[in-house]
Amino acid sequence: MAQSYSSPARREIGTQVKLPVRKAVEISFNSVKIRFGRSLITVSSIILAIAFLMSIWTTSSIVNSLRDANDPKMNLILQQKGIDISQESEANRQEEAKNTWLVVLSLLVCLVGITNAMLMSVTERFREIGTMKCMGALDGFIVKLFILESAFMGMAGTVLGAGVGFLLSILMSWIGYGTAVIDYVPWPGILERGLMAVVLGSFLSLMGGILPAYRAAKMEPVDAMRLEV
Amino acid sequence: MAVVRTQDVKKVYEMGDVRVSALKGVDIEIEQGEYISIMGPSGSGKTTLFNMVGGLDKPSDGKVYIDDVDVAQLDAYELAWLRCRKIGYIFQTFNLIPVMTALENVTLPMVFAGLTSDEARDKGVELLKKVGLGDRVSHKPFELSGGQQQRVAVARAFANDPALILADEPTGNLDLRTGTEIIELLREMNKESGVTVVSATHDHKMLSVSDRVVWVRDGRVDRVVKREELKIEVGTIDGRTA
Repeated sequence: MAQSYSSPARREIGTQVKLPVRKAVEISFNSVKIRFGRSLITVSSIILAIAFLMSIWTTSSIVNSLRDANDPKMNLILQQKGIDISQESEANRQEEAKNTWLVVLSLLVCLVGITNAMLMSVTERFREIGTMKCMGALDGFIVKLFILESAFMGMAGTVLGAGVGFLLSILMSWIGYGTAVIDYVPWPGILERGLMAVVLGSFLSLMGGILPAYRAAKMEPVDAMRLEV
Repeated sequence: MAVVRTQDVKKVYEMGDVRVSALKGVDIEIEQGEYISIMGPSGSGKTTLFNMVGGLDKPSDGKVYIDDVDVAQLDAYELAWLRCRKIGYIFQTFNLIPVMTALENVTLPMVFAGLTSDEARDKGVELLKKVGLGDRVSHKPFELSGGQQQRVAVARAFANDPALILADEPTGNLDLRTGTEIIELLREMNKESGVTVVSATHDHKMLSVSDRVVWVRDGRVDRVVKREELKIEVGTIDGRTA
């Protein structure tokens, strides 16, 4: 199949060569880099969404850890902040319900924010996808490009977002409860939450990026080029 | 021999309950090395026919043969191969990839064809020189004028030495002078390399360079006019399509 361009055999249809993944990585990485401004906007909405989720998780696990520690000095600060220190009270249950609600809310923010950002960044390039199909790009190659692009942006955004969210809530707790709070940070739990946030964010970015790209790649080129979103 | 042959091609678009027949049975043959214009008013099925001829869209009924191969029989890999090496596309809106330089745009089809970066770069520079943009190689599309962008698109269409160039309203977004330049460039390359050029257009400047003009009206081929007959008709054509 590779010799076909050196000897243009008439009345003969060859099979399009599959490009190596390296080429796809190169093109998609360049695409993210060149569209830096646009990528930054997409990535920052991922960062914001994940940072929100992460800060909610971190803050609530720090407060829980402070309460569980049952340190008299800390208990005083907690009470001053209006947080009930007893384990099984009505106020505590309400507090937990509020936290769950906040987490659900921030998950929703992630879901909507990230998928929307990725969706828009791909759908605005439908014409480009149609053009590439006209040039002889295989559907799989186009999907691969967008998987990689979404992965680059998703990973960068979620890792940064998780970091930002964590640092912010540590800072807030530090200001709120004093420097001693560092001793009570439940590291394994937070690390676990951080990983969850990264996985969730990357998954949402991939889905938000791949689904429209897959749809466009499967279309006839004219339809992809005609589609205005 | 015929590069493109269509056999009773029909296309029906379904929009909800409404069925719109864009093509109602078209038979045309396009010979190797010809310069053909497909003309017709908006809504005549001109663009639909053009898309069929280029293997960009599938007919609802009938057959399209490109190089004697039935397009409907091709799988995705073969279709991509066909689009990559046999056909070069030029669009009304240029459709250059905005983030890529002129050279990168021209070499993209070569990359898809499996050329190495070095081979592609050399060939790309040569093609850009040929269309008169030797000094604009590393410019991005937004740094180029409309006419220059369309020249890049022409160079891109020729990237893999296709047998067929499909130009959809190539002068539609250009002024009179630049449009003429693009038409002349296409004609020149058509004569030079013997590539077949098919363009859908309602630009009457196209008429004078076309070997044949296919008039489409209401989803059917109204008439096919050869160039020799065309000169006499030019006066009346204006009157009929206005």
